[in-house]
Amino acid sequence: MAEEKTKVYELSHVTKIYENEGKKFTALKDVSLSVYEGEIFGIIGMSGAGKSTLVRTLNRLEEINEGTVSFYNDIIGDLKQKDLRKIRQSIAMIFQSFNLLNQKTVLENVALPLKIAGVSRAKRREKALEMLQVVGLEDKKDSYPARLSGGQKQRVAIARALAADPKVLLCDEATSALDPKITEEILELLQTINKTRNLTVIIITHEMSVVEKICDRVAIIDNGVVAEVGEVSEVFTNPKSDAAKRLVLPGQDEKNINPYDCSNQGAKVVRIVFDGFSAKEPVISTLVEDTGLKVNILSANTKSVGGKGYGQMIVELPKGEKEQETVLDFFEQRGIQILEVSA
Amino acid sequence: MDAYIKEAIIKGIWETIQMTTFSALFAYVVGLPLGVILYVTAKDHLFENKAVNAVVGFVINIGRSLPFLILLVLLIPFTRLVVGSSIGTTASIVPLTVGAIPIVARMVESSLNEVPSGIIEAARSMGAGPLFIIFHFILPEATPSLLLGGAINVATVLGYSAMAGVIGGGGLGAIALQYGYYRYEKQVLWVTVALLVIMVMLIQEAGVGLSKKVRRA
Ligand SMILES: Nc1ncnc2c1ncn2[C@@H]1O[C@H](COP(=O)(O)OP(=O)(O)OP(=O)(O)O)[C@@H](O)[C@H]1O
Ligand SMILES: [Mg+2]
Repeated sequence: MAEEKTKVYELSHVTKIYENEGKKFTALKDVSLSVYEGEIFGIIGMSGAGKSTLVRTLNRLEEINEGTVSFYNDIIGDLKQKDLRKIRQSIAMIFQSFNLLNQKTVLENVALPLKIAGVSRAKRREKALEMLQVVGLEDKKDSYPARLSGGQKQRVAIARALAADPKVLLCDEATSALDPKITEEILELLQTINKTRNLTVIIITHEMSVVEKICDRVAIIDNGVVAEVGEVSEVFTNPKSDAAKRLVLPGQDEKNINPYDCSNQGAKVVRIVFDGFSAKEPVISTLVEDTGLKVNILSANTKSVGGKGYGQMIVELPKGEKEQETVLDFFEQRGIQILEVSA
Repeated sequence: MDAYIKEAIIKGIWETIQMTTFSALFAYVVGLPLGVILYVTAKDHLFENKAVNAVVGFVINIGRSLPFLILLVLLIPFTRLVVGSSIGTTASIVPLTVGAIPIVARMVESSLNEVPSGIIEAARSMGAGPLFIIFHFILPEATPSLLLGGAINVATVLGYSAMAGVIGGGGLGAIALQYGYYRYEKQVLWVTVALLVIMVMLIQEAGVGLSKKVRRA
């Protein structure tokens, strides 16, 4: 971090233990992380990793057993009920199942947080309409949620979440019940809102593509432990923890990657990293077509996520310095990282 | 059918409607809050309270397991205390109300339990307090189901009101007993039975219709 950024959340050594009929289960173990103002922060992990538990500690829907969760200058766990409710008005949340009230119109749903905040009827209506405009659903204001599609429901939920001008938006699998196209639209909406309203967004998901598409930083959570936190581009290209590798490079552990099996001793070998490279283009065959040069693939470990390629290849470059430069240029032009060069 | 019997039947219909309406009304005045208490004090709910939940639940279960006819007899002294008499239409409203309260409370509880927990979660995340959640989230969402349960409860009270005729209550039940059983006038018996069936059906239809009308999902 070069510049001083304001911390929205600071979690330090958070531990959560569920207790049911005497049986204890540690859902979060010593979780420490910070979320900064204005960023889109992703939390990704396998099912049961503790993502929902983690996000629910952020507005104290879940009490924690150890550690602290700070929201700006408040330690959430120390707040009295009354103050907690006040602070929750600035921590909006959207859900996988939308959780709209079926018996209330779209407009009434959106106005609910304002009603809780004690805003007058006329102002509630005005603000709710404004929020519906933000999500592009003014014309549905008098509809009931049952008449809306999943994507529209989530838009209403987003409008409702924004109504009371929150400082942060928590999204628990907000796109998991939606098809890819609608997911894309909702993510774009979240991104727009993040930019135009400078709203900090925290996204819980099990989908790599969601993180890849809109998150600035990501935390990988595995078995209740934060395995890795960092810039998305960094974590996805260069996963360090086993959990991150499993997510980013599934089906193969680092240990199993082919030992360098060069065809001739002393050849130049590079590791190229795909970081959201268009998976539709066959890179290696394009290389051959464009340059007439061939590389020897020693090991490949790539994965297509949402039409983009991730992972790495270890290739042996052709002989001759000029040829090698051509190949490296080709990769560079395509935004493919050349991470490690060995001779 | 003799004119005086016809007159008696018409009076009986009127009495039955009175008994049912007032008993159901009073039963809801007490039973609805009791049902809400049962719901909010249950495990993991807004005002989780084992003791209150257990005590209220226990009393309600006793009330529900007692056969209504026995409750009628048991309540005679109480009815006298409240209305000054233990026979007649007004008097039978007391045991009918008492008998319906536990039924109403359980029905309300089960309607409230149908509200998805996600709605309550959303409400809490918005910073709503427990009372706000009950009045502005849970009860409105449960309204269609409450109305449906209401129709079933009113129909049950109507059936009970016919039983109240046995121990000196008025209404169609008393007529069926007097003419149909003691005097063995079959025609009167069948007419009263038919009227009771029609009334139950009307109540049921009205309840379903109303519930459908207000249901938005
Ligand atoms: N109320 C509870 N009591 C006991 N254990 C619980 C409770 N809630 C969650 N858990 C356990 O805690 C772990 C983490 O649950 P959590 O819901 O946070 O996972 P998740 O990462 O959100 O998973 P998913 O992707 O399936 O939603 C799971 O193993 C789950 O079984
Ligand atoms: Mg979850």
